[in-house]
Amino acid sequence: MGVLDSKEPQGPLANKWTKHKNEIDLVNPANKRNIDIIVVGTGLAGGSAAATLAELGYNVKTFCYQDSPRRAHSIAAQGGVNAAKNYQGDGDSVYRLFYDTVKGGDYRSRESNVYRLAEVSTNIIDQCVAQGVPFAREYGGLLDNRSFGGVLVSRTFYAKGQTGQQLLLGAYAAMNRQIQRGKIKSYTRHEMLDLVLVDGKARGIIARDLVNGEIERHSAHAVVLATGGYGNLFFLSTYCMGANVMAAWKAHKKGAFFANPCFTQIHPTCIPVSGDHQSKLTLMSESLRNDGRIWVPKRLEDAQAIREGKLKPTQLGEEERDYYLERRYPAFGNLVPRDVASRAAKERCDAGFGVNKTGEAVYLDFSAAIMRYGREKALTSGMKDVDDNTIRELGEKIVEAKYGNLFQMYEKIVDENPYKTPMMIYPAVHYTMGGLWVDYNLQTTIPGCYAAGEANFSDHGANRLGASALMQGLADGYFVLPYTIGDYLSDDIRTGPIPTDSPEFDAAEKNVTDRLQKLMSGTGIHSVDYYHKKLGKIMWNKCGMSRNAKELKEAIKEIAELRKDFWENVKIPGSPDGKNQELEKAGRVADFLELGELFAKDALERNESCGGHFREEYQTPEGEALRDDENFKFVSAWEYMGEPSDAKLHKEDLVYENIKVKTRSYK
Amino acid sequence: MKLYLKIWRQKNASTKGQMVDYTLNGVESDMSFLEMLDILNEELISKGEEPVEFDHDCREGICGTCSLMINGRPHGPDSRITVCQLHMRSFNDGDEIVIEPWRAKAFPVVKDLIVDRTAFDRIQQAGGYISVNTSGRPVDANAIPIEKDMADKSFNAATCIGCGACVAACKNASAMLFTSAKVSQFALLPQGQVEAVERVENMVRQMDLEGFGNCTNTGACEIECPKGISLENIARMNREYLFASVKG
Ligand SMILES: Cc1cc2nc3c(=O)[nH]c(=O)nc-3n(C[C@H](O)[C@H](O)[C@H](O)COP(=O)(O)OP(=O)(O)OC[C@H]3O[C@@H](n4cnc5c(N)ncnc54)[C@H](O)[C@@H]3O)c2cc1C
Ligand code: SF4
Ligand code: FES
Repeated sequence: MGVLDSKEPQGPLANKWTKHKNEIDLVNPANKRNIDIIVVGTGLAGGSAAATLAELGYNVKTFCYQDSPRRAHSIAAQGGVNAAKNYQGDGDSVYRLFYDTVKGGDYRSRESNVYRLAEVSTNIIDQCVAQGVPFAREYGGLLDNRSFGGVLVSRTFYAKGQTGQQLLLGAYAAMNRQIQRGKIKSYTRHEMLDLVLVDGKARGIIARDLVNGEIERHSAHAVVLATGGYGNLFFLSTYCMGANVMAAWKAHKKGAFFANPCFTQIHPTCIPVSGDHQSKLTLMSESLRNDGRIWVPKRLEDAQAIREGKLKPTQLGEEERDYYLERRYPAFGNLVPRDVASRAAKERCDAGFGVNKTGEAVYLDFSAAIMRYGREKALTSGMKDVDDNTIRELGEKIVEAKYGNLFQMYEKIVDENPYKTPMMIYPAVHYTMGGLWVDYNLQTTIPGCYAAGEANFSDHGANRLGASALMQGLADGYFVLPYTIGDYLSDDIRTGPIPTDSPEFDAAEKNVTDRLQKLMSGTGIHSVDYYHKKLGKIMWNKCGMSRNAKELKEAIKEIAELRKDFWENVKIPGSPDGKNQELEKAGRVADFLELGELFAKDALERNESCGGHFREEYQTPEGEALRDDENFKFVSAWEYMGEPSDAKLHKEDLVYENIKVKTRSYK
Repeated sequence: MKLYLKIWRQKNASTKGQMVDYTLNGVESDMSFLEMLDILNEELISKGEEPVEFDHDCREGICGTCSLMINGRPHGPDSRITVCQLHMRSFNDGDEIVIEPWRAKAFPVVKDLIVDRTAFDRIQQAGGYISVNTSGRPVDANAIPIEKDMADKSFNAATCIGCGACVAACKNASAMLFTSAKVSQFALLPQGQVEAVERVENMVRQMDLEGFGNCTNTGACEIECPKGISLENIARMNREYLFASVKG
């Protein structure tokens, strides 16, 4: 397998993690005091890792670019977090969660990692409840669950539509406790600009204080990157505005392999783009698909009339509507997985049936559910001879109780009442399954550099099921990394503090200041956003929901040209010695301009359709994704060799010993 | 729409700030307030001027980063939303809009419209947590049943996004609503009882140390809070505090 050693433990799947924990080296508690760890990122992965590492006795420094660790993007997650608790007695188990995750990921994730994730998932809920996370409860006082994203059991724990917020506040509180004890030093409004290697090992970072512009050196015995996903390279996405790939990319340039960059998750139920000014897309929880029916007009002329504002969707009768998901996938209907639902929407819109001004929206219609619930309510309350209006009113109340906050959010943004007229939705970039390649210990190909949460290539394969990213972030942070990092650090108990005045730190700092200088010295015609938007258009049009070799090749060329133009013509006002948001953005976009090219290269290399990666050349006669397990059952891990075009591909073959690899079908 | 903007500009914490006038054309009603500012900034950059800096991240009303005083109201004219959720259809062609940073001694200006809210973090560090080990093995989650009503109340308090609008809205710049929401979240749960006395004492002490003002029950905080955090929490915290001082 060449340079990629996954360090998967041997033996039966169910014992691997326990066996591994028993066999790895430990650091004596007294020695932990002499060891420093840097954690970059304070989302669910970084926050939980920092808190636990500090509690174990290590000296931890955390970094985030926001003004408070509590504002990391994990805060925005709505739906829930999975755990194989089987509280509902509906047949859930560690094995079933493992199985669903591997299948959902289209058999492109590592068996042993996913099994461990499922195994520790139950601890996560215990941990969070002990911390005071107020999960939803039933009247008996026990925890409530719901089902999510096409799985057949109720294993998702939630706190209304704000699960990510509550979980993050839990991790942040745990961090605060350690900050108070002096075991964590938290650096906020700080951005990591480079990774420092000494003797080939990660030994520190160069960071910029975003308030006064100072460049700082921080050393440690190990560095954990928990910096989130890179979906923001699409410009329009559901990510927060500051999401970036900077830390991971800098590590990549220093030798960490970047895995599966082209695996992007597109979420089917987002609010569509309304105009050129748009900065950000908003997700509508997937739970809406439980009751909403998705459709477009059957006739092209109706779609056109709707776009021109001459026809209202409510004027079209049942027989004039095309419920295309129900038509194509009778078994799962509107509840097919995200990649399938997203592609189907795009297919209809590309064929000219889109329903908003730009032709990039489909309807999510609640009228049938409203009437169904209304009728049921009238019956159960013994009302007789009720007219349609009353039924509708009764039904609206029930739908409001279920999804009220989402309907309100939609109305705020779109200025239309979704109870009266169907919602418009369109797919948007939402999560990236690719990231830094890590072994079973979550170590990258750089010794001492670890990656956790969305920043690693993770356990999700080519596709992520709902409610599993939060689970993975917390599993990595609370339960996996704090153990596995000890194995590496046990060699460091006599090393002593790492000096920051070494030639390696000098060189890294010079690197950083040179780059800032270079950015500031652009002759200046265009703003950073100008480039970010251009990159986003190329990515969405040519590396988005479906891809083909011709357009991917074009994209590679266009991104390289855009990058050249950026470095010659970007315009950044102000100076680097104080707060400068344009400069911050420029640094992030500069990295996206490199990653974008590698992304397209990875997509071009993968001659198959798989999960969130659909290559038009590889589809069944019915237009479904056609996977090629014979040739592509591997993780692609790219090694940096200079320009992105020179990146070298390494393959980690995926071996499935405990699961039979099958075709995913939702017909 | 055409808008007349008056915006607070301040280079950094140590320089003096001032209001600066800008005229902005071509604002569309379906833009968010922050997108309107993005457009202004694009114009400023193209003229070689420094853009107006403001804090924002999620742009969905959940991270609590955005923080603008708009025509004298935190988060602007609509109720129960953050600035990032405010849309330009709330304004009319020809409007004058005054945009300032949060005003409070404990929130010093960092630059332009950005203030330093780390005092909130320090209040939390003083005791806003349950001292449970994360590396240990806690009991099964369902071994701690919690009455639904209590769990919901605790959740409601926990939805505070730490934005600081309550402080900015208060004529005394009091942080009572924020602190009481944090105290309440834990006070309402069985897991939080053990340290309840210590927690409220420490958090209130830190709040005072940070230079926030006293609460005189004007209720402006509740009106401007984007998450509808209720004054009940302040009453609860006062009870907890009284109890703590009697006990202590
Ligand atoms: C709208 C939305 C809804 C979602 N809903 C769900 C859901 O219901 N269930 C689910 O399981 N998943 C959901 N997800 C996915 C999930 O939220 C994320 O994958 C997960 O929270 C990522 O956590 P993280 O800790 O890896 O990174 P993040 O929470 O993104 O944290 C990244 C951290 O890194 C820091 N950082 C980044 N770069 C630097 C740098 N260069 N220097 C210093 N600091 C840096 C940031 O400041 C931040 O602290 C959702 C995602 C979105 C966008
Ligand atoms: S109490 Fe309300 S206004 Fe105050 S910080 Fe929390 S969410 Fe913001
Ligand atoms: S930007 Fe996150 S709440 Fe407004």
